[in-house]
Parts: sequence; structure tokens; C-alpha cells
Amino acid sequence: MISDLFSMTVLVGILASGIRLATPYLYAAIGETFSQRSGVLNLGVEGQMLLGAFAAFFIALTTGNLWLGVLAAMGVGALMGLAMAFVTINLKAEQGISGIGFYLFGLGLSDLLFQKLLGTVETVKGFPKVQIPVLSDLPVIGEIFFRQNLLVYIALLLVPLAWFVLNKTTLGLKIRAVGENPEAADSLGVSVARVRYFTIILGGTLSGVAGASLSIALLNVFQQNMTSGLGFIAVALVYFGAWRPWGVLGGALLFSLVNSLQLWVQVLGIPIPPDIAVMMPYILTILVLVLTVSRVRSPSALTKPFDRGE
Amino acid sequence: MSNSSREKWLPKLIDAALPVFATLAALLVGAIMLLLLKVNPLEAYRAMWDGAFGSQNAVAETLVKATPLLLVGLGICISFRGDVINIGGEGQMIVGAILGTLIGITLTDWPGWAVIPLALITGFIGGAIWGGIPGFLKAYFKVNEILSTVMMNAIAVQLMNFLLRGPMIDPAQAELASKIPQTARLLDAFRLPRWIPTRLHLGALIAVILAVLVYILLWRTSWGYRIRAVGQNPDASRYAGIKVKNYIVLALVLSGAFAGLAGVMQVYGVNYRMITDGSASGFTGSAGFNGIVAALFGQLHPLGTIPASILFGALLVGANKMQRVVQVPSALITALNGLVVVFVVSSEIWRRRRQKRRMAVAARELEDQPPEEEECDPEDKPEVMA
Repeated sequence: MISDLFSMTVLVGILASGIRLATPYLYAAIGETFSQRSGVLNLGVEGQMLLGAFAAFFIALTTGNLWLGVLAAMGVGALMGLAMAFVTINLKAEQGISGIGFYLFGLGLSDLLFQKLLGTVETVKGFPKVQIPVLSDLPVIGEIFFRQNLLVYIALLLVPLAWFVLNKTTLGLKIRAVGENPEAADSLGVSVARVRYFTIILGGTLSGVAGASLSIALLNVFQQNMTSGLGFIAVALVYFGAWRPWGVLGGALLFSLVNSLQLWVQVLGIPIPPDIAVMMPYILTILVLVLTVSRVRSPSALTKPFDRGE
Repeated sequence: MSNSSREKWLPKLIDAALPVFATLAALLVGAIMLLLLKVNPLEAYRAMWDGAFGSQNAVAETLVKATPLLLVGLGICISFRGDVINIGGEGQMIVGAILGTLIGITLTDWPGWAVIPLALITGFIGGAIWGGIPGFLKAYFKVNEILSTVMMNAIAVQLMNFLLRGPMIDPAQAELASKIPQTARLLDAFRLPRWIPTRLHLGALIAVILAVLVYILLWRTSWGYRIRAVGQNPDASRYAGIKVKNYIVLALVLSGAFAGLAGVMQVYGVNYRMITDGSASGFTGSAGFNGIVAALFGQLHPLGTIPASILFGALLVGANKMQRVVQVPSALITALNGLVVVFVVSSEIWRRRRQKRRMAVAARELEDQPPEEEECDPEDKPEVMA
């Protein structure tokens, strides 16, 4: 049975579903990369994802329009980001703890709305697979990369885009400056608060999309606490990826591939207890954090509120 | 003297009142949400009050719910004072409960007076191990403890599911087709004494005693002093010769240990067996997270965490009643708990501002007068939230 794992169809299946599973992590972790590069740890990602997932699902179910669903998820995520920004920037609240507060808020509110507005688990017809002409016919690669749903493609395109914005634009320069040395950035006339507002709201928006990618593209249902820790893992992937979009992509793919492998192991009936198999991605993440984090320096101003000393 | 003592208690009173205002603000937001759900907020809140304090049994249930919050919260007081953010309460509760339960279901021919303390201590140690791993990784590999404790939660849940479906399953269930993932029931002799006819068990009293001990640990022993010193200023502590790494590990070990104790007490005091629905909250009731809320609310003071735990225990028990009476899902309370956290940490800014002003005043007075022997205030809060 172990040998089944190495047949071509199974390997292609593992890789294809690995990339699909990576989408929610990618959206959330790229968003988190922006806010952490500007010096803000947003631990509320999980709550933002849950509310985004619900908003997208509910709107898609009631209007039948998937893009409206994505838009709703973005709006909800942005609102949560705005609240987080106000609390951490204007009120200078401890970032980690307020993030936990926003997580609990999102967890409770999405559950409340689910029970009040839906009541039962329903399914929605999510984003269909889009076969990219020509490319999808390529052997192996076509199956893995080019027969996915639209949100997968957008997530993958987001990575080079985020790299470009962070490293090649003045906006990216400002974000990095604010995260490394806010005092210097401030003295050069960069508004630390405005940059951080932007990155936190962007992070919230992308977390919302991450939720939508779960509820109307990957699983096509909404359930209480359906993210079950996914948002926290996305935050871990940012550390894992050393605050770089390509590193985050690598981390998301590695984590999801192990997860996908673990699912296939169960499908093929290989005798590893499923509960133990599910642990693997988490253990792997800790191990990789051990190996990478001590070598990489985090943004200097991460988790430190900025005070102009007025 | 009378003047200076008044100057001391008034700001302290305002500091203590801030969380109360934060709760009122959260309840106000909750009232708006209830109105949007077309429910009369007064009716809903009255149902909550009834459910939490309306009868002897209600009060007992509130205290039963408050017990794990207090224990987890005590651990949080220790770790957060040491500037270590322990989000792993859920996993630490689970591992403590697993090890403690193993004692009860294997040593069935031992007397109760031996098994109960042994089980509680084993649970304490189990939580200590599960907290110690992220502590070690933080101290020696700089792995962010927020992330590692979250991962450890996920691992603990799977460990529980695996054990309860396999090696630790109730032998009776193992023979049935249903195979409910639960352990055998504890013998009557192994159960924590209860205040009949309610479910209030001895664990509540133990938790309160431990709160006093944690207070003594943090402010009357050199261990506690060093944990707090490392939390306030690790660099200065290092120069003062404190082995900072050891105290980071210690903070997480102790923090995990109290959560582990909370877990094992759920088994020996409330459920008398472990059972899993596949999720962490199915066993913990989210006490690992809500304990953080309670400790923050109690201003990271062990004694302040006692009333805070009772408050949140009451909210949880009241939420169930509210759900029955006005058909509002108890998830509303989870959302409100989140808001309380946000409001409490946000209100810190006013406390810090006043503290700054007080220090400025004190500095000016010092310049004016020759230095006098300062009265040391052991309860002065360090700047963990800064």
C-alpha cells in the first residue's frame, strides 16, 4: 500500500490538492506579512477569517453571486482590520492580547450569525474549476497547476505582487521603514499611523478573502469554528517565511502538501492512525520554526506601539 | 501619611474599576446586538442573571465553571508577568487530564485518598511538560511562544482523539459498534468530594487556596521576583545575573502546570471520565482561552483573578439560560468575552497615562525634598502590557 503513494496519479493528486489547500493560508499569511512588516502583529486573523467565511457564504447563498460573496468577505475583514488598527495604533493596546480578543469576537459572532441566519449546515455551489486553455493540457503540470478554481490562481498571483509592492515601490519602502525604524520614518515625514492603518486593513481584507476561499471555493459549506486554527497557522507561516512573500509561499505549500499527503495516506488506507497523521503538519511547523527562526531577524518594531512623544 | 495613603488608593480604585467599565461597554454592545436580533436586552440579561445566581444550584454551577478559569488564569498571571504569552491553555488542560485520567483508570485497586492527590499532581506535571516544551523552544531557539503554544494545542487535541479512540477507550465501548471515544468512568472512591446536592466540588476550594499561593510565589519569593524582573526588563535582569532563559522556561512550566491541573480537575470533579467530540473546546469548554480573559480582567493579579473568574463563569452559565429563555445562541457570550478583552487592553492607555503623570509628580517632589525612605509597594503592577 505504501507503494501506492508513489504512483503517478497519486503524486499528482497530492500536489494538486496541496496547492488547493494552500489558498486560505496564502491569502491570510500574505496579508499578515504586510502588517508585520509595518510592525504590527495581528493575531485576530482567525476571527477575521471566520467572519469573512460566513459573510461570503451567506451572501453567495442568498444572492447566488460568488463575487459578491468575496466582496462581502473583504468588507467584513477590512472592518475588523479597521477596529484592530484603531485599538493598536490610537489606543496603543498590547497587540497579541487584543488579537486574541478579536479572535474570540469573530469566533462568537460568526457562530451567532450562523445559528440565527442559517441554523443548519447548507452547501453552496462554489467557484468551479477553471481549465486554463493549452496549459491545462500539459501532462502532470497541467493537472497540478492549471485546473484549479479562480481563487487559487489569484492567491498564487498575489505572491509576486506582494513581493513587488514590498520591495520595488515607495509604498513598500515606507512599510518596511515603519516596521524597522518608526522614529526615523517619522522624522522623514512618513506617517507611521497611516502606513500601519493601511497594512492592518489590507491584512484584514485578505484574511476575509482567506475565509471566503474556504467557505465558497474549497469546502463550500459554513460551520461553527470551521477554520479551527488555520488563521493561527497562517501567522506562524509568516515567521516561517521570514517575512518574505516567497518564503510565505514556500511555507504554505510545505504545510499544505504535508496535510494533503496525510489525507491521501488515509484515503489509501495506509495503517497510520488518522489522528496521528493530522498532527504531522503541526509538528513539522514547530520543527521548521526551530530551524529557521533563530537565524532570521524579525522586523525591529514588531509588536511595539509607536509614540511620537508629544 | 493619611494624605499619601489616600493618594495611593484612589488611583488604584480607578485602575480596578477600568475592567468593570470595559465589561459594561461590552454588555452595551451586546444589548445592541440583541436589539438587532429583535430580543429585549433587559429580558435576556435578566435570564442570564437568573441562570448564574438565581438559585443555590445556579451559584454552584457558576463556581464549577469558574474553577478551571481561575486555575488557567493563575497560570496566565505567572506567564504574562514574565512577559511570556501562553495561548496553550487548551492543550495543557488536555494533556494534564490525559495523564491524570490514566492514573485513575489503571490504579483501580488503590485507595481514593492516594489516587486523587496522585492524579492531581500528575495532571499538574502533564500541563507543566506541555507548557515547558514551548518554554524551552522560546528560551533556547527563540521560537515565538504564541505560535508554538497554538501548535501544541492542535497536537494535544489529536493526541486526545487518538488515545480515546484507541489505547484509552472504555473497554465496554471497545466491544460495542458505536465505539464512543471515551475512557472508562472513574470509581466512586476516586471522585473529588461534592457539596451535595450541587455539582460544586472540592477543586473550587483548592483553586482559591492556590490563588493565595501564587500571590505569595509572585511577590514574596525570589523565584516570583525574578520571573517578574525578566518580564519587565530582560536585559537589566541579565546584567543583574538572573539566568533569563531559565525563568522564561519556568514561567511557561508553571503556567502550563496550572492549566493541566484545571484539566484533570474537570475529570475528577465534574465529568468523571474523558470524552471527546473531536475538538479541544469539546473537552475544555474553551477554558484555556477564557482563563486568559479572566486573568487580564483581574489585572494579572492572582487574587483579582478570583472574582474575575466568577464573573466569567457566571457569564457562561448565564448564557446557557439565556439561550433557553430568549433563544439567543450562547455564542453571543463568546463574542462579548472577546470584546471585554479588547476593551480591557484598550483601557490600559489611561492607566499608563496616569502612572506616567504620578511618576512625574513623584520625580518633582524628590527634587524638592531630601530623599526619604520609600515605602515599597509589592503590588505595583509591572508594565507587562506596554
